[in-house]
Amino acid sequence: MAVSVDEAVSTGPARDRTPPVRRRSGRGRSVLEVALLTVLAVVMLFPVLWMIETSIKENRDVYAVPAEFIGFTVTMEHFKDVFVGPDGGRSALSVAFLNSVLVAGASTVLATLLGVPAAWAYSRFAVKAKKDQLFFILSTRFMPPVVVVIPIFLMYRQVGLIDSKLGLILIYAAYNLPFTIWMMKGFVDEVPAEYEDAAMLDGYTRLQAFRRYTLPLLVPGIAATAVFALIFSWNEFVFAIFLTSSDSVRTAPPAIAGLIGGTTTDWGLVAAASVVFALPVLVFAYLVRKHLIAGVTLGAVRR
Amino acid sequence: MSDPVPLTTDAGQVAAAPSPAPGRSRRLSDRGLAVAFISPALLLLLAMSVFPLLWALYLSFTDYSATRGGPARFVGFGNYTAVLTSAQVHQRALTTLIYVVGAVGLQTVLGFGIAYLISRRTHGRGVLTTLFLVPMMLSPVVVGLFWRFMLDAQFGVINSMLGSLGLGQVEWLTRQRTALISLIVVDTWQWTPFIMLIALAGLTAVPKYLYEAASIDRASEWFRFRTITLPLVWPLLLIAVLFRAIEAFRLFDLVYILTNGGPGVSTETLSFHVYKVAFLGFNTGTASAYGILMVLVVIVLTQLYLRYLNRLKEG
Repeated sequence: MAVSVDEAVSTGPARDRTPPVRRRSGRGRSVLEVALLTVLAVVMLFPVLWMIETSIKENRDVYAVPAEFIGFTVTMEHFKDVFVGPDGGRSALSVAFLNSVLVAGASTVLATLLGVPAAWAYSRFAVKAKKDQLFFILSTRFMPPVVVVIPIFLMYRQVGLIDSKLGLILIYAAYNLPFTIWMMKGFVDEVPAEYEDAAMLDGYTRLQAFRRYTLPLLVPGIAATAVFALIFSWNEFVFAIFLTSSDSVRTAPPAIAGLIGGTTTDWGLVAAASVVFALPVLVFAYLVRKHLIAGVTLGAVRR
Repeated sequence: MSDPVPLTTDAGQVAAAPSPAPGRSRRLSDRGLAVAFISPALLLLLAMSVFPLLWALYLSFTDYSATRGGPARFVGFGNYTAVLTSAQVHQRALTTLIYVVGAVGLQTVLGFGIAYLISRRTHGRGVLTTLFLVPMMLSPVVVGLFWRFMLDAQFGVINSMLGSLGLGQVEWLTRQRTALISLIVVDTWQWTPFIMLIALAGLTAVPKYLYEAASIDRASEWFRFRTITLPLVWPLLLIAVLFRAIEAFRLFDLVYILTNGGPGVSTETLSFHVYKVAFLGFNTGTASAYGILMVLVVIVLTQLYLRYLNRLKEG
């Protein structure tokens, strides 16, 4: 079983039964601990709150010195600018967001289609040097992206995949595949192989047993894995900036980073674009919070 | 129960009713199935990860330049000696080392501390954990951009707050030393939740009876922490630390966004330097050798990580 956040936060019944002697001496300390946690929580969350505040401030308030925390005029102009271009048409940013949806979605589908069967096979069959293969697969994910991108760049230039969505989809699928296989292998391991054995006694082939009995049980796991793959592709920046250049192909991360290229930076717009960009990630991450530990360690840590 | 038409339609019934036709063609053997299911995934990895690395390995022995084009000339280990003896590279290695040790060290202490505090609470743990995890899920682009805005020397909110506290202004991103510190601070802000999450999992997995037994023995708090908590959480924490160290070693995007390597070269990590050699200096051969050397370091770190992971799984 993966250690889930829900499990990690379950309240232990034994906690309250501290002997009264300790409790009295522990009260001051407990208050101190709560205060410390509150301060830390504020520090961790302040940048996010500041980003949201900045996105709804008018420009003169954005650059106000000293900074204005409350009592500024609320405006939705920046959010409008994210989606609507200065000429009234679609903005470059909104095109980038659409590209991101397409690239992240397609690469996740591809990684899932390739990864789930592979994970099942690794879980069920005696594959030669299985452990070595699995470790090799995971280690490809640890390669420095800047190093990988040099030969990929040359390769894509040869075959005409440079500055194309297909090129990004392929590299993101390869980038998410190790994660998908490791994460899914954990989920497959949790489904008893006996289900398939029983189905095979009924006359089904191994493949049919997988499709009819195991696969339906894997659906929640597949969904969680796909959500993580989606988040990783959505957030990815290094491949995106080196392998694409035109506005019609670029995904959101390089497009947002491109907002600070000029002489002056519209920080309100940057903040609004960042909020629009980050919101789906936070929602999705909340949906898969039970599998967060396995997800962020690329499926490696689960108990 | 000899109904010709089954009344219930649960999976077992449906499955049993139309007995599956014995495979028209020869059924796939388990072995064949394993190959058919695994090979597409491995092929994609070979094409997109292994082949590029092998190509980089080949280029690292040549003087190829992506812009000049022309045939690549074989130069032996020339690129490698050039990289390994370059004072520039040594400086980047030192910067990277300071960054990795500083950031991962801070994250470990803070992350474990927060996890420890949360694990001692009885109420509101779920909310607290969720709130603390937000920075980790953000894209490095968003994090880098936003901190760049907050750390701005003129209108940044950090300096504004320092000002209202009566403290001096700091040029966070435009002074050599503070820029590296800023980088470490931002990375710590983003990744402390990662260590916290894993440490919290370790802390909650410690069996409660151990603490109860210790408190019967009137063991001091520090003694309990040192002899129960730490030894039990340490293996998991080590995995998290190694994972972060690998990630920090290959860091590129945050540097690119936050400081762009500057001021001067004070925040240029090895990854960023490889990028400059490859895409601004157009020395593809040298950059490949540089990259292969980085890959070697990553492989060593990854082996270490996988070994501990293996031990954790078996233990």
